Amino acid sequence: MAAIEILDLEKTYLVGFWCKRPKRALQPLRLTIEEGEIFGFLGPNGAGKTTTLKILMGLVFPTAGTARILGREWTDPEVKAQIGFLPEQPYFYDYLTAHELLDYFGQLSGVPARERKRRVEEVLSLVGLTDIKGLQLRRFSKGMLQRIGIAQAILHNPRLVFLDEPMSGLDPLGRREVRDLIAQLKQDGKTVFFSTHILSDAEALCDRVAIIHKGELRGVGAVDDLTSSVVGKIEVIWQGTQIPASIKALGAECHVSGDNVRAVISDNQQDAIIDALRRERVRLISITPLRTSLETYFVEKLQHSQTTAGKRA
Amino acid sequence: MTSRIAYIASNTFREAVRDRVLYNLIAFALLLSGAAIFVGQISIDIERLVVVNLGLAAVSLFGTVIAIFIGIGLVSKEIEKRTLYTVLSRPVRRWEFIIGKFFGLAGTLVVNTFFMAIGVFAALLYVAHKFSRPDALILIALYFIILEFLMICALALLFSSFSTPLLSAVFAFSLFVIGSFADDLRAFAELSHGFTHWVAAAAAYLVPNFSALNVISAVAHQQPVGAQLVLSNTLYALLYTTVALSGAVLIFERRNLK
Amino acid sequence: MSAQRRTTVIAASCLIVSFAACVVLLRQIDRIRPPALAEDQIYISSPKMIHRASLGFDGLMACIYWTRTVQYFGHRHFNGEMSYNELAPLLEITTALDPELLPAYQFGASFLAPPPPHGAGEPDRAIQLMEYGIQHNPDHWQLYYNLGFVYYTELKDYKRAANAFERGSRVPDSQPFMKVMAALMAEHGGDLLTARLLWSKTFETAREKDIRENAIAHLRALQVDEDIGRLQAGVTDFGERTGRLPTSMSELTTAEHLPANPADPDGNPYLMTPRGLIVLQKPDDFPFVTRGIPPGYKPSGPARFHHAS
Repeated sequence: MAAIEILDLEKTYLVGFWCKRPKRALQPLRLTIEEGEIFGFLGPNGAGKTTTLKILMGLVFPTAGTARILGREWTDPEVKAQIGFLPEQPYFYDYLTAHELLDYFGQLSGVPARERKRRVEEVLSLVGLTDIKGLQLRRFSKGMLQRIGIAQAILHNPRLVFLDEPMSGLDPLGRREVRDLIAQLKQDGKTVFFSTHILSDAEALCDRVAIIHKGELRGVGAVDDLTSSVVGKIEVIWQGTQIPASIKALGAECHVSGDNVRAVISDNQQDAIIDALRRERVRLISITPLRTSLETYFVEKLQHSQTTAGKRA
Repeated sequence: MTSRIAYIASNTFREAVRDRVLYNLIAFALLLSGAAIFVGQISIDIERLVVVNLGLAAVSLFGTVIAIFIGIGLVSKEIEKRTLYTVLSRPVRRWEFIIGKFFGLAGTLVVNTFFMAIGVFAALLYVAHKFSRPDALILIALYFIILEFLMICALALLFSSFSTPLLSAVFAFSLFVIGSFADDLRAFAELSHGFTHWVAAAAAYLVPNFSALNVISAVAHQQPVGAQLVLSNTLYALLYTTVALSGAVLIFERRNLK
Repeated sequence: MSAQRRTTVIAASCLIVSFAACVVLLRQIDRIRPPALAEDQIYISSPKMIHRASLGFDGLMACIYWTRTVQYFGHRHFNGEMSYNELAPLLEITTALDPELLPAYQFGASFLAPPPPHGAGEPDRAIQLMEYGIQHNPDHWQLYYNLGFVYYTELKDYKRAANAFERGSRVPDSQPFMKVMAALMAEHGGDLLTARLLWSKTFETAREKDIRENAIAHLRALQVDEDIGRLQAGVTDFGERTGRLPTSMSELTTAEHLPANPADPDGNPYLMTPRGLIVLQKPDDFPFVTRGIPPGYKPSGPARFHHAS
């Protein structure tokens, strides 16, 4: 079953004080996210990622279109009990402590009283927040708030988690922890839909991604497919400072960096280059198939749209 | 459903308490004890009148200010600070949020009024040295003041559901003032004709009518308040509150949260 | 969308039904309460403004104005001022703010009507004030009493006074003497007995210090008037009988079988002038007497009942 089916949701805002002019924030969007996958929603700032998430959360009403979440109409309050949401740069009632806030959210999500206390402790340790008893949220750093935000999103053990820029405001160590956490969510059988403009996060985590730009969907696909679309080459690295003539003869592009030599060569030459290196008696370090990075794909999609837009203009 | 309203209400109450709203009680206590001591000196037959009038007027004024200043921020502040996102993404209906907020604020005011009432009776005991049976009428006046608070809370919440806090404050205060003039507005509507009559009559019935709820001076004179007035005022206040809250729900139900 | 639509329908019907019920209830409340009449605004225009400006805290404002009124009159009277131009507006504002503040009406009856230096000399406004008070408190006999009092003491209109007392006597819980008053007015309007009854009732019913002192001063003056009247009649009788004036007070009292050593309420004996006039020793202490004033007497200072008692 699809976890999320977005069926031509679109949003047009009216901007201006007196003379309202329509401004399209989201072109009709059609997207399906399968249950159990980690789905990355990619795009530069202001692309329409947050608008899409807000529509799905029922915070903003779409101009047209509909969506289904976990097989139900997306506005159905029953759905809300099974989803978790982390807004972008989350902010919470700053007069509460973390325990009070999570207890309150637990109440609202219908977590039974006897489970609530245990669950709160569980998610707090899961996001790495300890020793914060009695501390009001107004004293929390940005990173700590982000962790509380993740904690409240998974507090009620939802089947589907929406995360809007979950890594923002975190230090490198924190990002690493959140990555692990998201991976863990997938292991627990949950579906994760997260938006980000940081491609390395998406590449490391996602099963599939969608790229959105200026409110328009530019591409969807499995990360493996997207990044293996331009294959046919391998990267070979060995120890040495010299580039043997036999390898040059194979047509490899070679660079010397420090004690290592890096060569890129067509994958049908793989056996030939290994034989050549064996003959040269150098120490082989690695042979990896070369993949296009997600970044390359992303930039390509964005540039494509700009050139088509340019042509249209 | 009901439990979620109660959770939201108790969190609203907790917010008010932690924002030190109840500190107003200190100012109230100072004002009242000062007045009680002062009128004890200038004996002109009306110490009791002054204490009851001033005490009840202060209860009403302090409560109105609190109701408006908290009420106008109840929804708009949550939208502005985006604290609402993580609430409405839970199984909370928007109308439950509005109703919960209302009860939270109303509860805050009832607690606040309770402490103020103790102050009024203490001051009365200080100047009159004993309670008399008609002093129980003060309880009716306090009850009417609470009814007035309910209406003001609901109105502040209504404005808060579509407007900025500053504008909401202006709206709510204007309605509070006009509501005190509502009698005249209705009298004016009776006298006018044609289009003016309809506009004035509509306005007169649309604004909250506080004049019937103000029995402070009658109570200060130990005049009985009719049971029928108590009943009618109760019904009126509850119905008017329902009108304002329904309006708030209708607006908030459609609101896009930026 | 269906959940939202259901909420909309319920909220909208709540709104419409509640609002309709509000209108019905308000009409009913208006019937229970005295309506805000347009005539009120014409009757007293500026006090009405203050009433509105008080934002429902009119009871408190009335207290403030009542305090001001008492202070205003007290100060001016103590200083022997000959005008009380603000007294009427102050009382009107006070009673507009709080039509049930009964002491204000009594104060008005006592000090608005009498001519200076003891009052503002505005009996018409005093009567207007009483009628306003009666309109708002028709069940308080004291207001009818005050009205009759003004007609009686200042305007000497015994017929209207009798009418006021009569109206007051019909109020439930009215004092029995109101009936007596009405009857007395018809027959013995100018009698000292009537006046004494009136002033002693004022003294008994008032709690305000100035009003009580004023009543005592009047009662003392009535006593003096009565004493001197009796003594003066004795002098006349004596003259008719003997063809001469008595030579001393003791000769007069003995010959005419009057109580010996007649004295004013302060204990100072009355004096007899060589021409047979009975006079007070200290007329300054009796500002309201109509008899016993020595010929050529001029008040040595402003009359003050504040010191009389």
